[in-house]
Amino acid sequence: MAAEAKVDPMHQFTIEPLFGSGNWEIAGYNIAFTNSALWMAISAVALWIFVAGGMKRQLVPGRWQMAVETFTGFIDDLLAANVGKAGKKYVPYIFSLFMFILFANMLGLLPLGVVGLHAFTFTSHFTVTGILAILSFSIVLIVGFWRHGLHFFSLFVPHGTPIWLLWLIPVIELISFLVRPFSLGLRLFVAMMAGHVLLEVLSSFVIDSSNAGAGWGVFIGIPSFILMVAICALEVLVAGIQAYVFALLTSLYINDAENLH
Amino acid sequence: MPQIAQLAETYSSQIFWLLIIFGLVFFIVGRGMVPKVMDTVAQRDRQISDDLAAAQAARDAADEQEAAWRKRESENRAEAQALVAQAKAEAAAKTEKKLATAQKKVDARLTEAEERISAARSAATAEIEAVASEAAQDIITRLAGVKVTKTSISAAVKKALANG
Repeated sequence: MAAEAKVDPMHQFTIEPLFGSGNWEIAGYNIAFTNSALWMAISAVALWIFVAGGMKRQLVPGRWQMAVETFTGFIDDLLAANVGKAGKKYVPYIFSLFMFILFANMLGLLPLGVVGLHAFTFTSHFTVTGILAILSFSIVLIVGFWRHGLHFFSLFVPHGTPIWLLWLIPVIELISFLVRPFSLGLRLFVAMMAGHVLLEVLSSFVIDSSNAGAGWGVFIGIPSFILMVAICALEVLVAGIQAYVFALLTSLYINDAENLH
Repeated sequence: MPQIAQLAETYSSQIFWLLIIFGLVFFIVGRGMVPKVMDTVAQRDRQISDDLAAAQAARDAADEQEAAWRKRESENRAEAQALVAQAKAEAAAKTEKKLATAQKKVDARLTEAEERISAARSAATAEIEAVASEAAQDIITRLAGVKVTKTSISAAVKKALANG
């Protein structure tokens, strides 16, 4: 019975190897095809289907093509606004990043538990968000040093720094610069994990209170359930916003690399 | 927290699959498909602006033609008016000439008639004189029985007629 099945809010984040791939290794490193990798693949395929549906290249776009063009236009505008003309060449990367995270967040919210499957939100793992953050940060570093050479270090001395503060400002700027990949990765990971934990905790309230008796179920279960519905809506919003924030911050950092201050 | 508890055993597979799958997304979707989608958008924007430019050009051409047509029309009108004025002037001149001729004819007939009248008058006067002198001679002959010469009688009649 459900009464015995303890609801563990963290269990949803467990990574399990699939298809008996638990022992796959390359050079001693485990590369098991896990549920996490499966959902990455599902997100990638869903994204591919979505964009492929908008490839009809009609002069007068249909709904699907319009939707895809809205997203590419959105990323294009984002880069044009934050980086300028030079931002055009980053559209493929920022688009991939934004859409991949957005699809991952959204697919992770699917209520597949109803049919016995378990959606896995790989963006709630800091190994994943951290890699994406490091990827973005590497691009910033590579572009910065490629375009400006050692002059890129002038990023740490903003315009108008008083001479007598020259010993302090670069240190602060350097720290804020180095914190960027962490804030980028942790923000997404924390936002996604917190939402999922909250939903799970509320669902455990519903189940446990109902099991404790009809009275508890009415007084605690129903309000919790209503709150869950509201938080589900909020989570959909957060899924979009976090993907947007990731893309926006990446484009801001790229702007620093392209144009310095 | 599985994210930390499982870190050691899963980090390599997470990184491996993420790099492979995100790499595929980047190269297939990002590099392969997105530029085409954006190209379509750019093409559409270009077509729209081209169409707008063509429409503007067509409108300009129409305006130009209208202006030309207006100019031509006003020229034609001016020409027509000149023609009408000329015709009017010609007609007026002709009328004047005809009137002058007619006037001359009328004048000629008037003078002729006046001459005729004065001739008739003088003829009538001469006849009256003749008749008066004859009558006077007759009267004198019957009343006085005096034979008066024609010459003297007519002088006397002339004198009397002239007096009154």
